[in-house]
Amino acid sequence: MEDVTREFVNKDYEYGFHTDVHTEIIAKGLDEDTVRLISAKKGEPEWLLEFRLRAFRYWQTLEQPSWAHLNMPEIDYQDISYYADPTAQARKDGPKEIDPELMKTFDKLGIPLEERMALSGVAVDAVMDSVSVKTTFRERLKEKGIIFCSITEAVKEHPDLVREYLGSVVPYRDNFFAALNSAVFSDGSFVYIPKGVRCPMELSTYFRINAMGTGQFERTLIVCDDDAYVSYLEGCTAPMRDENQLHAAIVEIVVKDRAEVKYSTVQNWYPGDKDGKGGVLNLVTKRGHLRGVDSRLSWTQVETGSAITWKYPSCILSGDGSQAEFYSVAVTNNYQQADTGTKMIHLGRNTKSTIISKGISAGRSQNSYRGLVKVSEKAEGARNYSCCDSLLLGSTCGAHTFPYMDIHNDTAIVEHEATTSKISEEQLFYCRQRGISTEDAVSLIVNGYAKDVINKLPMEFAVEAQKLLGVSLEGSVG
Amino acid sequence: MKNNQYTEFYAQLEENIRQRSCPVMNAQRREAFLTFSAQGFPSTRTERYKYTDVARDFAPDYGIQLSGGVGESTEFCRPLSKADIDVTPYYNHIADTTDSVVALNTMLAVDALLIHVPSDTRPKHPIQINNILKGKQDTMTLRRILIVMERGAEADVIITDHAADHQQFLCNQVIEVHCDDNSRLNLYEIEETNLMCTRYSNVFIREGRDCSVRHTSLTLFNGHTRNSCRVQLAGEHSEAILNGCVIADKMQRVDNNTVIEHLVPHCTSQELYKYVLDDSAVGAFAGMVHVHPGAQKTSSAMTNANLCATRQAHMYTQPMLEIYADDVKCSHGSTVGQLNDQALFYMRQRGISLHEAQLLLKSAFITEVIDTIPLEALRDRLHFIVDKRMRGELSKCEGCKLC
Repeated sequence: MEDVTREFVNKDYEYGFHTDVHTEIIAKGLDEDTVRLISAKKGEPEWLLEFRLRAFRYWQTLEQPSWAHLNMPEIDYQDISYYADPTAQARKDGPKEIDPELMKTFDKLGIPLEERMALSGVAVDAVMDSVSVKTTFRERLKEKGIIFCSITEAVKEHPDLVREYLGSVVPYRDNFFAALNSAVFSDGSFVYIPKGVRCPMELSTYFRINAMGTGQFERTLIVCDDDAYVSYLEGCTAPMRDENQLHAAIVEIVVKDRAEVKYSTVQNWYPGDKDGKGGVLNLVTKRGHLRGVDSRLSWTQVETGSAITWKYPSCILSGDGSQAEFYSVAVTNNYQQADTGTKMIHLGRNTKSTIISKGISAGRSQNSYRGLVKVSEKAEGARNYSCCDSLLLGSTCGAHTFPYMDIHNDTAIVEHEATTSKISEEQLFYCRQRGISTEDAVSLIVNGYAKDVINKLPMEFAVEAQKLLGVSLEGSVG
Repeated sequence: MKNNQYTEFYAQLEENIRQRSCPVMNAQRREAFLTFSAQGFPSTRTERYKYTDVARDFAPDYGIQLSGGVGESTEFCRPLSKADIDVTPYYNHIADTTDSVVALNTMLAVDALLIHVPSDTRPKHPIQINNILKGKQDTMTLRRILIVMERGAEADVIITDHAADHQQFLCNQVIEVHCDDNSRLNLYEIEETNLMCTRYSNVFIREGRDCSVRHTSLTLFNGHTRNSCRVQLAGEHSEAILNGCVIADKMQRVDNNTVIEHLVPHCTSQELYKYVLDDSAVGAFAGMVHVHPGAQKTSSAMTNANLCATRQAHMYTQPMLEIYADDVKCSHGSTVGQLNDQALFYMRQRGISLHEAQLLLKSAFITEVIDTIPLEALRDRLHFIVDKRMRGELSKCEGCKLC
């Protein structure tokens, strides 16, 4: 059976190609001048430059954290280029044109940038390296008053909104990587849903790292005003390289009264080769602030890529009656390492949170769940249910659980459950008895195991995620 | 805190301590001193001491007792200095020498208690060790216990802590348990002191093949308590059962920290910890099950259930798993909640007062832990004590000739 599951787990990374496009890359290294240069290139106002410089100065006082259950290669922050612009050339040629090479790249990734070809229900903001290439359906969304654009444009066109919310959920002093991102962040998406508007289509951002020797520092800000609704998707891929590329992102979400945000991620950064060489270091701070009463936020993530994942999408439930959910499937294979989970911080009354985390480890990978559930003294009637399961495919991988529960209120009800197991011979035997091949049986069992989470994804993504599970596990040991 | 209060004390009295002690213990002293003086006390930024401020607990100017200590020799118990076996391979062997609190104990302890059960022997009665904290001034006691269970030995050991005087006492205890193949040990620790007492207990257990160790820790009344229990399952087909219950109110703090290491295949471990927190009590539980590579067919279950009776009561819980083998069954569950409203209503309907109904439910909650105790007499006694404790009657102990 081991051989079969080994085959099942080894399929190659599909998106590892590199696009040959003229890219303007700034010199490697990081100092105040780099921060000023990035800001100047993006034509930013003075206040944003100040924000970046404050963050940079604070970052210089910090040391990289080492508490995660990760064996992280040393990152030389001076050996990274912090800004790479693949659209620079095209912009000189003609202001409206997109380099056909870039169009082709996104076509190849299954993200057509021409609206007539695109899936009608999804608006896309495509970000390559440090720059947003195109945002589709902007006009149609504008009719409803929805703002969906890259954060660079938002700074120019809606400075008041950006200034009000940027750094309000994840302040630059939050942690080492948040400070770094706040200093050098390049592009990401900005979403604003006005009061009472239900966003008619899925909004999505596709992140692509292309240039060599660079890092990507995405910054996404979503503001959902009273009674509004939005479903947002995020996808990401990168070329196969021997070097470790850095992806340090911040995602901030503000949810107001009775509003609802669904945030889904299918993370498929290049995971490194079979010997653990190369791969993206995915060090991300994601946080939502449920400010309004009865607001809702759900994080759904399918983590299959990255050499190292350090990511804890969190929720601060400060609005009374707010509800937060976290659904995660994290798959690690070969030498991948993941330390991921969530933080649910209950501050408001009658708040409720659910955590469902499924870890699948294969090969020589290490997969950890780390989560915090905190109920403050004022959070009357808080309720939490956490369930984290691990599935081990192979005897050389590891699955770990580090849940923290800090309860400061007597009316709170908090539950945590976790199990660790492998695919049982009995389950396999049952399937095989009924004429299902071992490969299919393993795939069936893995998919069934992850189904609670996959079901939460929007349709198009669910299909994609299901395929990905098969791909990234191929070749693992049973 | 003057972290150097203890290093200075040691520097001044090293010779004195050495003369009073025995060579086995003296051999470890210097290194412990170096570890302790290099590290100082761990801060709350240290993961394992996240919920306990060690430096503050050790800050008061405690007197340290160097004379007396361990009592007379009996068939199975004797001072380490009068050991009937060579204890060099056992003493300070499985204790975590990098831990500052353990190092402090190794550095200052003058004598230790040795419980040695020879092979295929079973003491007729349970061995009970009573520790009574008594003194006219604030005192720190350094208690060291070494339990050596030879092949096929069986024993029940009960260790109780009492405080007879209203002084600040700090008890720094290190217990090392070596279980050779086929041995069985039931170790009970019962703490019933007062609000001014601080206790740091570090228990280290190593099991050989086909062993069974049951460790039950009951914190019924205390000031600040930090219990740590680390078990190494080093032989196949062994089991470790760690149970504990905590009843805390007023300003009490209880922090239980357990680590079970599955080093070899075919072992089982079970953990059940229950807390009842009232008033401004603070409880913490951090349990770790570590399944090493190759430790296949491991079966492990960890449960931590907690009752918070007031808003000021805080509970921190961390049930953790670290697993490096695939053919294992590991689970953990943790809950924090309150008394069931329906159950309370049911009883009140039948004329039981709210207070009484709450007591009944709390006692029933704790009973699950006490019922796992195989010694019937102890179980009955504990039911009685817990019931009294719940009614807040325990601090005025009756029939005790000490106070």
